[in-house]
Amino acid sequence: MNLRRLIVIGIPFTWLLLFFLVPFVIVIKISLSDPAIAIPPYSPTLELSGGLAGLKAFFSQLDFENFTFLTLDPLYYTAYLSSLKIASISTLLTLAVAFPMAYGMARAPEEWRATLMMLVILPFWTSFLIRVYSWMGILGKEGFLNMILLWLGIIDEPLTILNTNTAVYIGIVYTYLPFMILPIYSTLEKLDLSLIEAAEDLGCTRTSAFWLVTVPLSVPGVVAGCFLVFIPALGEFVIPSLLGGSDTLMIGKVLWEEFFSNRDWPVASAVAVILLAILIIPIILFQRNQQKQLEGDQ
Amino acid sequence: MAQSPRPSSNPTNVFAPWNDPNAKPLIQFKNVTKRFGDFTAVDDLTIDIYEREFFALLGPSGCGKTTLMRMLAGFESPTEGSILLGGQDIVPVPPNKRPVNMMFQSYALFPHLTVWDNIAFGLRRDGLGKDAINDRVKEMLRLTRLDKFAKRKPHQISGGQRQRVALARSLAKAPKLLLLDEPLGALDKKLRNETQFELMDIQEKTGTTFVIVTHDQEEAMTVASRVAVMDHGKMVQVDTPAGIYEAPNSVYVADFIGDVNLIEGNAKVEGNTVTIHFAECAAPITAVCERPIADGQRVSYAIRPEKISVNREPLDDRANHVKGKIEDIGYLGNVSTYHVRLPSGELVSALMTNSRRLARRDFTWEDEVWLSWTDTAGVVLTE
Repeated sequence: MNLRRLIVIGIPFTWLLLFFLVPFVIVIKISLSDPAIAIPPYSPTLELSGGLAGLKAFFSQLDFENFTFLTLDPLYYTAYLSSLKIASISTLLTLAVAFPMAYGMARAPEEWRATLMMLVILPFWTSFLIRVYSWMGILGKEGFLNMILLWLGIIDEPLTILNTNTAVYIGIVYTYLPFMILPIYSTLEKLDLSLIEAAEDLGCTRTSAFWLVTVPLSVPGVVAGCFLVFIPALGEFVIPSLLGGSDTLMIGKVLWEEFFSNRDWPVASAVAVILLAILIIPIILFQRNQQKQLEGDQ
Repeated sequence: MAQSPRPSSNPTNVFAPWNDPNAKPLIQFKNVTKRFGDFTAVDDLTIDIYEREFFALLGPSGCGKTTLMRMLAGFESPTEGSILLGGQDIVPVPPNKRPVNMMFQSYALFPHLTVWDNIAFGLRRDGLGKDAINDRVKEMLRLTRLDKFAKRKPHQISGGQRQRVALARSLAKAPKLLLLDEPLGALDKKLRNETQFELMDIQEKTGTTFVIVTHDQEEAMTVASRVAVMDHGKMVQVDTPAGIYEAPNSVYVADFIGDVNLIEGNAKVEGNTVTIHFAECAAPITAVCERPIADGQRVSYAIRPEKISVNREPLDDRANHVKGKIEDIGYLGNVSTYHVRLPSGELVSALMTNSRRLARRDFTWEDEVWLSWTDTAGVVLTE
C-alpha cells in the first residue's frame, strides 16, 4: 500500500528476523538435538535432499532430552538461582551508588553537567577487559587496595577480596554504573524544580520532598536503569570468571564451559534457551513500563 | 478596563486599610534589598500589605516582582532588611513552616498524583485526620468546580482545570497569605478573563490576602485592590487601579499602564494652573496641577486617548483645542483610535466610541479635525 511505510517498518523487522529470530531458531533446534562427535558436533543435521520423508525423520530425532537433563543435575538450577541472586544484588548495589551520583549531576550547575556526563562515559573508551583486569590488580592480595589499607594501618593482614563474590559485585557495579546513572540522570534532569518548591511550600521538609516527589518521579529512570544492569549482569561471563572464585557460580560461566570445554553444544544451547526465557520476563515488564510512560506523556 | 469591586458600592465602607492609620498591616517589607551577585533585584524596598487585600505586583520581566514574591514564600532570603508577617520576622522561617502558600506559574502540580491527592498533599503534611482531609478536599473541589475531576491525573485535564487545581491546592491549607505567580499566564484570553473574576470571587469568599505577580496590566487592574508598579527593584507607584491609571506619578507609570499621549514642553505656572508650551507654532496646553511645579520647568504632559474628543469644530466648553489631520484610524468594533498629526509634528491618539454604524462615521483619513479636552483630563509629570 504505502511503500515508504512498508520500508520503514520492514527494515528493522528484516534485521531482527535475520540476526535474531533465525539464529535463535537454530539455537532452539540445536538444543533439541543430541551431541555427536562430528562437525558440527550434534545430530541430526537438516538435509533437504531427503525430501518429505527425510524432513519427517529429522523432526522425529528432535527431543527435550537436554532440558530434562538440566533439571536433573542440580548444577544448572543452582547456577541459575545464583546468577539471579548475584544479578539482583548487584543491580540494587548499582542503584544505591548511581542514584546519588545522578542526583548530584542533575543538581550541578548547568555548565558542569556536560563535563560530568563525559566523566561517566569516559571509562567506555578503554577496553572492558582491561578495566576488569585492572580490578584484579586493585583487589588482589598484593593489590593496591590492600597495600593502602595496610599502610594506613587499618588492617594487619591483607583482605581476601579477589576471587570471591564480593569482587564480582564490585566488578559488576563498576562496569554497569553508567547504564544506571544515565537513565536516572535524564529523568532527574527533566524534573521541574518548582515541584520540589511546591512540596516545600505545602509543608514538606527537604527530606520528605525528596521521598514524596523526587523519588516517585524518578521511577521510570530507575526502572530503565535496573533493567539495563540486571539483564546483562544475569548472563555475565567475563566478570565472574576473572574476578570470581571457584565457588562463584554463574550461568554465563556454565554456558561457556559446556560450549568450549565439554563441546556439548546441545546442552549449552538448552542453557541459553532457558536463560533467554528467564530474561524475557523482565524484558516484557520493561516494555510495559515504557508503554505506560508513553501513555502518561500523552 | 474593569474597575475593582473594592472600593465597594457603599461609599461609607470603602475597603482601603492603607489609608487608615490604625490598621495593622499583615505583611511589612522593611528596607528589603536582595542582590544576586552584582545584580540588585530588589532595592531598599519598604511596603505594607494589609489583610484581605488583593495586591498586585506589576512590572516588566526582571523588575524584581518575582524575587519579592519568592522572598515571601521563603525560597529566597533578603540580603538586607526584614520581612514581617503579622508583626513577626519571617526571614529565618523555612518555606514549609510559613502560613503562606504559593500558586506557581507552571502550576507545579505533582504529575504522579491525582487531582484529589494533589489538593490533599499539604493537608497530609499537617497530619490532619482522614475525615478532616476528606472534608477539606471536597470543599476545595466544590469551590473550584472540580468535583468531576478528582480521580484524574494532571495530564488528563485541560489547562484551565489545571490552573484551578493549583489554586485549590494552594488554598487547601487556608494560608494567611496566598501568592500567585502569573496565575493566568498560560491561559488563552477568553479563559483568562473568566478566571480573573473567578479569582476575585474566591478571594472574597475565603477572605485570604492575595499577592499576585503579573506583567499583564489589564489583569492587575481587574483583580487588584492595589497595584504596585515596579521597575529596577523599586516600587515606582503603589495605588488603587484607578489611582494608577488616572494619576500616575511618573512618565514610566503613565506609559506602562494603558495607552497614553506624552507631550513634552516647558511649564508656565499661574496659581494651580499650568500652561505647557510644547511647540513654537502651537497654542499651549492648559492643565490643572496639584503638585508644585517650578516656572519654566521641563515637564511631560500625559493624557489618555479616551479623554480627548475628536470633532469637526473645537468644543467650546473644553479648555484645550488643537487642530490636526487624521493619519490613521484603528477600528476595534466598539471603539476607534484616531491617530492625529498636529501641525507641530506630534502624533496624538484619541479614542472615540463608535456610537454610529461604520458607514455613517463622521471622519475618514486625511480629514482635518479638532481635538478638545478639559484642563483636568491630563496629568503634568516631572519625572
